[in-house]
Amino acid sequence: MPKRRKDVQSKYTLDRNIPGAFEGETVTRRRFMDISVNTAGVITAAAFALPALGFAIGPVFSRMPWQWQAVGPPSDFNELTYVTKVITIVPQIGEAGLTITYMRKRDPAIDTEPADQYNQFIALSNRCMHLGCPVRYVAAAERFICPCHGGVYDFRGQVAGGPPVRPLDRFYTRLNTTTGLVEVGPRYSVNNELRRFSPRDPGEPLDGIGQYLYPARFSTATKP
Amino acid sequence: MARRTLPLPKRLQPAPKRPGEDDGATRLTPAEAGITVVDWIDERMSMSGGIRWMLFRKVPRGINWAYTLGSATMFAFLAQAVTGVFLAMYYRPDASGGAYDSIRYITDDAFLGQFVRGMHKWGASVMIILIFLHMARVFLFGAYKYPRELTWVIGVTLLILTLIMGFTGYLLPFDQRSYWASVVGININGTGPFIGPYLSDFLRGGPEFGATTLSRFYAIHMLLVPGAIIALIGAHLYLVTKLGISAPPWVRAESQTDSMAVIERARTEV
Repeated sequence: MPKRRKDVQSKYTLDRNIPGAFEGETVTRRRFMDISVNTAGVITAAAFALPALGFAIGPVFSRMPWQWQAVGPPSDFNELTYVTKVITIVPQIGEAGLTITYMRKRDPAIDTEPADQYNQFIALSNRCMHLGCPVRYVAAAERFICPCHGGVYDFRGQVAGGPPVRPLDRFYTRLNTTTGLVEVGPRYSVNNELRRFSPRDPGEPLDGIGQYLYPARFSTATKP
Repeated sequence: MARRTLPLPKRLQPAPKRPGEDDGATRLTPAEAGITVVDWIDERMSMSGGIRWMLFRKVPRGINWAYTLGSATMFAFLAQAVTGVFLAMYYRPDASGGAYDSIRYITDDAFLGQFVRGMHKWGASVMIILIFLHMARVFLFGAYKYPRELTWVIGVTLLILTLIMGFTGYLLPFDQRSYWASVVGININGTGPFIGPYLSDFLRGGPEFGATTLSRFYAIHMLLVPGAIIALIGAHLYLVTKLGISAPPWVRAESQTDSMAVIERARTEV
């Protein structure tokens, strides 16, 4: 009398008295069917789900191009006050892609950060470093004021009061020697010592552990 | 144990047999075939049992208007779904001016446009208020307790999805208020350590707020989240029907024997 199937401890289906078992067979055909059908289902689902997911999160990893925009001749700018220049930060969507930058000539007497070819003209972003509202320059007070939550920045864009966590972002600038025009490049962020960092979003401090809590992103332009 | 019969309204209950009438239990006659459209459909789908199970169920005594807040939230969602579908017929998610112009067209020119957009706009606030009131009712009545924890978890997921609907829908008019509110909202999200910056990039579709942000929010607002909400409302309602409604906290549990007699006996024993 054959033993009950479950009593036999063997890896061969033949020893376990499974009907239709073959010599040397270890996986029953029912189990083989289960595994292959489920695998086929998972592969089919992954074939459309993974590309769609990658499509949706792709912008996180695609880098913005580095580009320079001419804003005017050097005579437009002086050391004493800011002039407003309109630049495009998102192309092809018209006015919604424009922003303004507050620009002046570098003044070695007050601009203590090391000079290089990219900051002979200071270009401050109007994006408040609290939550991203647009700040405006009040010439009489020599301050940048944010309308949303009362952030205040001094003449160099450093925080003078309110909730902002770091100085105003800046843009790389250069003097194009062939055209003779001042050009504005990509954005960069600064910490309270005005050290340069790759652009961070507002609300993300860059002092102390801030630069590690809010790491650089893959999507922002890098220096060529 | 015998299966309990479901309570039917009086009108649908069969008339009691008259004395001496043949009760028909011994004869094997085919049931009368349905002649209405509803009967024709039901003969093929057998939905009437499920509908009866859903609608004609017992509810505890003492329930009041506070128990209708869940249904009210669902009808607010249905109103949003219907008006949203029709708003989508005129709306263009175009960041270079088209979105704002299409909203202007809906509000100023389209027949009943201001009314339908108004229902969608104010209905959004109504839905948020109702869902919070419903949550407060469930919390204060202790209705989230065993065996209804999963209903609560699904409900909280629905709350989060509703708030996502509010956040993504706010951007769509693409005027100054909605633009800057969304900028601020995404930047608040970005202040989450480590993954916040990447999450912001995902929401914006890049490092800057632009055309992809609007179309992304539109797709999330009209396709992704509504689908999830509809599926979860189905699961939520199934659990509510399956588990029954919890009794209000001020109603005492009834014993199998006459409750008044139990109370009387307890009083005399003390």
